[in-house]
Amino acid sequence: MTDQPQQHQQEQGQEERIGVYVCHCGTNIAGVIDVGSVRDFAGEGLKGRGVVLSRDYTFMCSTTGQELIQKDIAEHGLTRVVVAACSPHLHEGTFRTACDRAGLNPYLCELASIREHVAWVHTDHDAATTKAKAIVSGAIERARHSVPLEAIHVPVDAATLVVGGGIAGLQAALEIADAGHEVYLVEREPSVGGHMAQFDKTFPTLDCAACILTPKMAAAGSHPHLHLHTWSEVEKVEGFVGNFTVTVRRKPRYVLEDVCTGCGICIEKCPVVVVDDAYEAGIGYRKAIYMPFPQAVPKLPVLDPDTCTYYLKGKGSCRACEKFCPTEPNSIDFNQTEQRINLRVGNIVLATGFDLFDARRIPQYGYGRLPNVFTNLELERMCNASGPTGGAITLRDGRTAPKSVGIIHCVGSRDRNYNNYCSAICCMQSLKLAHLVRERTGAEVHNFYIDLRTAFKDYDEFYQRVLDEGVHFVRGKVAEVSEVPRGPDEAEGKLYVQVEDTLIGMQRRIPVDMVVLSAGIEPRHDAKQVGQTFGIACSANGWFIEKHAKLDPISTMTEGVFLAGCAQGPKDIPASVSQGAAAAARVLMRIRQGELALEPVRASIDAERCSGCRICNALCPFNAISYDAAGGVSAINSALCQGCGTCVAACPAGAIAGSGFSNEQVLAQIEGLLLTNLEPAEALT
Amino acid sequence: MKPKFAMYWAASCGGCEIAVLNIDAKILDLDANFDVAFWPAAMDAKYKDLDAMADGSILVTLFNGSIRTAENEHLAKTLRRKSKILVAFGSCANEGCIPGLANLSSRESMLETAYGGPSTENPAQLRPQPTSQVPEGALTLPPVQPVVRTLDQVVEVDYHMPGCPPESHQIAAVVDLLVQVVQGRAELPPKGSVIGAGESTVCDECPRERNVKHLTQLRRIQELGPLDTTLCLLEQGLMCTGPATRSGCDARCPRVGAPCIGCYGVAPEALDQGARMMTAIASAIDAKEPEAIDGILDGIPDPAGTFYKFSLAHSLLRGGRAAHRETETP
Repeated sequence: MTDQPQQHQQEQGQEERIGVYVCHCGTNIAGVIDVGSVRDFAGEGLKGRGVVLSRDYTFMCSTTGQELIQKDIAEHGLTRVVVAACSPHLHEGTFRTACDRAGLNPYLCELASIREHVAWVHTDHDAATTKAKAIVSGAIERARHSVPLEAIHVPVDAATLVVGGGIAGLQAALEIADAGHEVYLVEREPSVGGHMAQFDKTFPTLDCAACILTPKMAAAGSHPHLHLHTWSEVEKVEGFVGNFTVTVRRKPRYVLEDVCTGCGICIEKCPVVVVDDAYEAGIGYRKAIYMPFPQAVPKLPVLDPDTCTYYLKGKGSCRACEKFCPTEPNSIDFNQTEQRINLRVGNIVLATGFDLFDARRIPQYGYGRLPNVFTNLELERMCNASGPTGGAITLRDGRTAPKSVGIIHCVGSRDRNYNNYCSAICCMQSLKLAHLVRERTGAEVHNFYIDLRTAFKDYDEFYQRVLDEGVHFVRGKVAEVSEVPRGPDEAEGKLYVQVEDTLIGMQRRIPVDMVVLSAGIEPRHDAKQVGQTFGIACSANGWFIEKHAKLDPISTMTEGVFLAGCAQGPKDIPASVSQGAAAAARVLMRIRQGELALEPVRASIDAERCSGCRICNALCPFNAISYDAAGGVSAINSALCQGCGTCVAACPAGAIAGSGFSNEQVLAQIEGLLLTNLEPAEALT
Repeated sequence: MKPKFAMYWAASCGGCEIAVLNIDAKILDLDANFDVAFWPAAMDAKYKDLDAMADGSILVTLFNGSIRTAENEHLAKTLRRKSKILVAFGSCANEGCIPGLANLSSRESMLETAYGGPSTENPAQLRPQPTSQVPEGALTLPPVQPVVRTLDQVVEVDYHMPGCPPESHQIAAVVDLLVQVVQGRAELPPKGSVIGAGESTVCDECPRERNVKHLTQLRRIQELGPLDTTLCLLEQGLMCTGPATRSGCDARCPRVGAPCIGCYGVAPEALDQGARMMTAIASAIDAKEPEAIDGILDGIPDPAGTFYKFSLAHSLLRGGRAAHRETETP
């Protein structure tokens, strides 16, 4: 084996000088893999493949580890660096930057993932060490075929898209707009405000929700840099960070936005009254032409063609709204159609919020079957002075005030039948509602909880306050809510809450007039689809996945797409506002930088080899491929290309090449992994 | 004295020989500028005559057929020695072609199929033997080797000329080139070049209209109704391998409504024709659910024979790798 490697090297005409660094990662790697053996394998066994030095170190990513690489590049004239450590996802940037500092093109640095791919997934130390050697061997072979690449610099469009006009989205939009940059805020509903606009009071301070939200809504409506697109949805996103093109579908309002003054006469005159399932949670009414709530922003009505007489009974019917509209020209436009507009933005903040858990899914709690079982949202609306009851808490008959109320926590949350996770807000919302019921009706209130989670500022103090107000707390999961009396002791006309009180260790049946279900929160029903539109993934529970659970809960794996509010996971108002502000800070940083350095890993088509078969045309997730009918060839826009490699694999002619992933590199890596680069005598035992 | 020309067939069907004769009057140019030294299919020749020739005394040999038997290998090595320029001529010599599909099964099971299969009348259950005793003495047959190999897996090859068979107009052009080289009017292309073929794929020469591909079905030609005469065959659900096949044939098959079956072999920048076509098909299938995808793929009854009809012995698959590793006659 002594002379053979040199021969090998001469035969191949390779003069690369490769440095190999094996990281212990504390005990993460060294606890499973014999790093010394891997180091010697590379340093001795792969000498013939261009390895001139091989070292191991406790933490390669530390400053000392990086300096080691830089020093070796200078002293040993390394032309390639292979770091056997963690996944490239984590530290590729670190080591590439270190190489760059030492004057070596960063793309000549190769990472071999022996932590995620080996140490963390194997228990057999010998087999793991053998596998680590194979992976290092593959990385070395690949590195031999690497070529220097230069980062691509693209300008960042200073405009931003914020999707969702709830409190998180509003916060993000306002902060960016206040900094003087254009923001497009797209909201699916007719008004911004989100769920918060439906609440009466907010915990733990009991501020009026409207009082603290409407100033932000009003600011958004009148801000010179903030452009509202309500009653609209994002349909398509093309491009990439810094240069997205977004298609927004504007649903018809049947009201001319630039003419209507929002006087409300049309609403007043409309004779059609329907149940409002959206804003009023099904316990109030609205007209066929309506504003969701008085403080709606923009202050514009929207006409619902599904209930409007004009659309139901044929043209010529009713038209009261049009008749009484005082504007000139008339603001009502029955012929309005949906429109699509294109927006160019550099960054996107997704703040699409949550859906309330549908309490009907738990039949034993009786919602939808037992009239006096309410959801927390229904109670919120009742508490609200501008709500359907004018702030009065009543039973379903709309008149009778309850004398006793049971509030059930964790409805649909922390329950393996529905959602495993804690919805984070239900404890506090239940305490708030208990307080409001006590305050407004004086009723006796029982809260049924599994655990009380009152972390965060002033929350537990609020719990103490509600305790002092005389609210009863029963620790136990409610089994059933029933209207059927059990025996002569139980009266008709009551609801009986069957619960095991785990603190006293006995079953209880507590009679109440009203039951309130504190429903948990769920990802939007269409979150997965929305995620696909924006190129981001959802977790098993359906929340959008952040880039890093702890260190980067704001970014996503798609560059330029940020998260805020409950779209990322259950959270309360302060957390939503904080995340909205954090997302805005990230976006502003990007805008301030003005330019982005993109990975130069890009696909390109050799026009001579391309036959124009058009197999690649529909594949590009970034719409970077176009077809030139005159020339009969396809071409890739390298600014749009993200280097995913889909087209490279698909091209039947092999006419598409991916820089950084050439055939030579990939095949060499495979040969290295299979250890066919070694003479048989050198092969691993 | 005119330079010498040779042509030989190893494991092949004879189509390549006919294709050469099919160049019409151009064959006279060949005769006018070359001495035909050795061409068993065209004129009588004995191996001993070949053995007697000096090494390097033949200027050009067109070698067609794959290496199936020990005799094929012996002749490949002999002709390599005797020839200045050795051309792997036709699909068999280049990529194994139809004989190469035998690499999907063992030599034993192949012989069993040929001599014992239901379509063979062989009441005495005879099998070919390396040596057979007959009253006149011992007869020998060249041993069948474990795998089919391509010419360049056995000897060094100077030029590659694909096609099953190579198109006559391409052969004529190559003959023209050879004549010009002999007459000192042209240079030879760089060693290792593919000659008599295009530098793109069949689609490049196909006149049919192409759209963005959304494959929703794959059918055999007899299962489809009348075909659109101007639209891409693949888009009509026909398994046309034109996108992954080297150009040079002038798209003869798809031009007349027959799908390309891939005889011009792997495209210039690709490594493996079958793998390339498979990934292309997989990419163009317009279905998301596993059942729907399977339904479309069921339209390819014989994947190996469809995607590797011509290139198996030279592919990255086991049938190709085995051929690559097989260096010694067993």
